Order: sequence, then C-alpha cells, then structure tokens
Amino acid sequence: MQTSFINIENIRNDFPILKRMVHKNKPLVYFDNAATTQKPIQVIEAISNYYLNYNSNIHRAVHELAEEATLAYEATRDKIAKFINVKNREEIIFVRGTTEAINLVAYAWGRQNINKDDIIVTTEYEHHSNIVPWQLLAKEKGAKLEYIGVDDNGELILDHLDAYLKTGKVKIVAFSQMSNVLGTITNSEEIVKRCKAYGVRVLIDGAQSVPHLKVDLQKLDCDFFAFSAHKMLGPTGVGVLWAKKELLQEMVPFNGGGDMIREVHKYETTWNDLPYKFEAGTPNIADVIGFAAALDYLNNIGMDKVREHEMELTKYALDKLSQIKGIVLYGPKDVAKRGGVISFNLGDIHPHDLATIIDEDGIAIRSGHHCAQVLMERLDVSATSRASFYIYNTKEEVDVFIRSLNRAKELFKL
Amino acid sequence: MSSADIYREIILDYYRNPRNYGKIQDPDIAQRDSNPLCGDELEMHLNIKDDKVADVKFTGKGCAISQASASMLTELILGKDFEYVKKLTKEDILDNLGLHDLGPARIKCALLSLKVLKSGLYSYLVDKLHDTASADKIKEESSGLY
Ligand SMILES: Cc1ncc(COP(=O)(O)O)c(C=O)c1O
Repeated sequence: MQTSFINIENIRNDFPILKRMVHKNKPLVYFDNAATTQKPIQVIEAISNYYLNYNSNIHRAVHELAEEATLAYEATRDKIAKFINVKNREEIIFVRGTTEAINLVAYAWGRQNINKDDIIVTTEYEHHSNIVPWQLLAKEKGAKLEYIGVDDNGELILDHLDAYLKTGKVKIVAFSQMSNVLGTITNSEEIVKRCKAYGVRVLIDGAQSVPHLKVDLQKLDCDFFAFSAHKMLGPTGVGVLWAKKELLQEMVPFNGGGDMIREVHKYETTWNDLPYKFEAGTPNIADVIGFAAALDYLNNIGMDKVREHEMELTKYALDKLSQIKGIVLYGPKDVAKRGGVISFNLGDIHPHDLATIIDEDGIAIRSGHHCAQVLMERLDVSATSRASFYIYNTKEEVDVFIRSLNRAKELFKL
Repeated sequence: MSSADIYREIILDYYRNPRNYGKIQDPDIAQRDSNPLCGDELEMHLNIKDDKVADVKFTGKGCAISQASASMLTELILGKDFEYVKKLTKEDILDNLGLHDLGPARIKCALLSLKVLKSGLYSYLVDKLHDTASADKIKEESSGLY
C-alpha cells in the first residue's frame, strides 16, 4: 500500500473524500491533482474553526476576534516565507491564485516597464494564464511576444532564449517551473542565470512546482514568483505573488480600495506599506488561514519525501503504461526530469471518450487541452489524457488505472 | 448510460469512417464552432436547392460522440426539405444517435453538430433569405442547446 517513502495509510485517513465511492460502488481513484488536490481534514477544520470561533475582519478593528483573525492570517504569510525560503515577509502578496498573480505583474509592472518593440518571452509549454496576460500587454504596448520552443523530449530549447536575449530588447522572461501537461521540470536556475547576464526580469509560474518540489527562492533568484494554494492541499481562492521588494515598491497598485491606502484625500491617495499596497479590500481570510494548515501538513511529511514518493509512483506508472500497445506518452522519459504528471494518448481513442470510460471505474483523470493550446499545437494533437499524482496516491491505484485503460481498448476494439 | 452502451459498433464506425466528411466549394451555408471547454471543432457546409438540402459535408476534430453525431446528422438531413431541417430538435439528434441520459458534459459533444447547423441556418436565413422572423425562431429554439 505504500512506496518506501511515506506512510500512505496514515495520510489517506486524513482525507475524508478518499473514502467515498463514485458510480455507486467504485472506490475513488483521484488522478486529477494537477487541476486541484484534495484537502486533508486539518485544512477543512482550520477553515471551519475560523468561522465557528473567531470570524472577523482583519487589520482594522481592535476587538479580540479581529486580533485573533489578524494573527492567524499573518501567520500564514510567515509560513509561506519559510516554505519557499524568502527573507522578507512583506514581499508575499495574497491573491486569488496563480492567474491573478501573473495578471497583477503584467498590469502593475508590465504597463510601466514594457514599451513599443520590447520583447516579452514565454514558452510553448505555458498554461494560458502565463500567455494571455502577456498577449494583452503586448497588444496594448506594441511589444512582441516570443516563445521558447519545446524539443521532442518535452524540454525547453534554451538556444531560443539566447537568441532572443541577444537582441537586447527582452524585458521579461516568464515560464513555469513545471509543465502542467508534460510534467517537465524546467531548468529554472539556468534560465535565471542567462537572463541576469542581460539584466532581464524573470517571472516563474510555480503552480505545479511548489506543491511537489522543494522550492528555494533565494537560490532561484528570480524577480516574480506565483503559485496557488488549491494545488497543494489548500483551499481554492488563495494564491501567492512573491516579488522583490524594490520592484513592488516601484509598481503601481493593481486594485484600489480599502486596506491598500495610507491616507485618502479627495483627489490624492498615498499607498500603504507592502504587502498591503497590493491587498485591497477584505481578503479571503478563512482560506488564507486554511492554507497554513496545508503548509503544516506538507512540512510534516517533508517536501523531499513528497518528491521521492511521486518519483517512485511516476516511474511505476510510466513502466506499466509503456507496456500498453498503442499508447503515446508525452514528456521526458527520465523521472528525475519530471514531476508526477503523465499525459498520453491511447490509439485513436479521443481523450474525452477515454476519460468517460475510465470514470466508470472510479478513476478521475483530466482530458482536453489542459489550458495549454499552444503546446497542443506543438505536439500536433487536439487533446491529451492526463493522470497526475499526489501524496495519497498508491501503486494499487495505478494498477486499477492500467486495467481500466485496457478495458477502454477493448471497448474501442483496439 | 454505460460506456458499453455509448460506444456501440455503430458509433465507432461513424467515428472511424465518417460519412460526408469534407468540404463543399462555395457552399450556401458554411458554419464553424468549437466547444471552448474541450476544444472539439466542427465545420459544416450545406448547399440548398429547390428548398432541399442538395449537399452537406462536415470536417472536424473531436471525440467519438461529437464526430459520429456530426456524420449521422449529415446523413439525416441530406435530401430533406429545408423546413424539416429548420425544425430538427435536440431529441431528434439523440434519438438518431441512440444516445440518451448522457451526462451534462458529454451531451454537449452530442449536440455540437446541431448547434453548428442551427447557427448556419440562422445566418443563411438572415443574410441570404432576409427572413429574420424564421431566423429569430431558430435562435430562440436553439438557445437551450448548450
Ligand atoms: C502551470 C499552471 N499555471 C497556472 C495555473 C493557473 O492556476 P489558477 O487556476 O489556480 O490560477 C495552473 C493551473 O491550472 C497551472 O497548472
């Protein structure tokens, strides 16, 4: 029931949803973790405890409930700072998710710093949330958007980056630390190093990396970093933008309103200190507090253990999958270069049909373009099926999955 | 509906050997749509002569349900009166496919072809026949399709 790295039985007991049946009597096999993960009871209880016992708005009132809520909310910020190893807690901005974080940068930094004919670089394996905000910005400013290509092994072609950098026109390079389709782990430090040599800013989308790998932002030395709580055991509606203080100080606010101000006069306003300058309005207090419980949970297991477990499971799954005749697997073959995300196509079975069939066996996978249509074009497919793992998944579940894929083949007479 | 009932021989056959697959040169009606959720794509071409569907073809990419549905729809309407095509309903399509009780996500796949057809008819009625009354009726009837 377990890989050699973590005690899965104990972990599974913490996730009430894993006990439910689907399609009447099929145990749930949840392999859609790249979309969102399940939540342990500790997270669910932290949220309800806030509503039951100290629900209150934060930062302004002086009563006891407000004080407790403010402390809990701010404690999450400290935990995040530790989790991704950043020095200054005020560099951590709470947002709704990765999408909002990237939009914030494109708006508040991009509009001040990107001009006509400048180049913004992204990659062919980005999620739409790391493409569309840059397209909007490029259109508005008359700037150009360029893509680092993906090779046949599912890795970025860094020569492309060098060629763009040499033009001297690149202002920012934005890429994800782990592809949500191929699972490829980006050689981020190398990219940052090359960008620094040209004084180019770097934004990293950590939506898929922070939940699964140990991330050290001091070592990484990028300028902007974004991720979402809901992909790492936390609640939906909470995400993080981290950015270097100098940059945040220069940037204009994203939203105007309460909490982000120091003084408001009829025609003029001065901004609050960081991070509050970027946290206008009442934030998602309950879910930020819930997120702390998710970070505690992952810390208790240890991110090294999380990674080892997923590597073992991914290797097991890749070995079994590659034995199925007619399967096409995307992404790096070497598990050291990838996370627990496996995209594939099976014969001429369309991914939606495949997902429908194996759903009957209780297996939840994702099918479609995974918000990565630029990558689908590069792979020359309209869609893929995607299985993605997390700490509570087991080899036995992979076996159920493999059996179900074989049933789909039979139904399609392959 | 179980997948053994959905993926019957006939659906697979239409998926793998689609009838009326292709394009018409200078069609009277050309309409394209995609399902933003899953990326399925479909384009239909029709020629109308003497108030009948003189020719119909489709191209597309997508799941077995959406592609078989499109192909079977072309067979259903070829040679039929224009009036008949205007009145086609969602139930007609599902009956024709032999698919009932599809979940909310998959029913969209089955009905993409009808949606494309109805939008094509709408433009044709407005732009070529200047019959906005019939066009509005179609629009109203197909508003519940998705
Ligand atoms: C790589 C990547 N970037 C960005 C996102 C967007 O995250 P969110 O929807 O939480 O804003 C996702 C998740 O869907 C993702 O996988």
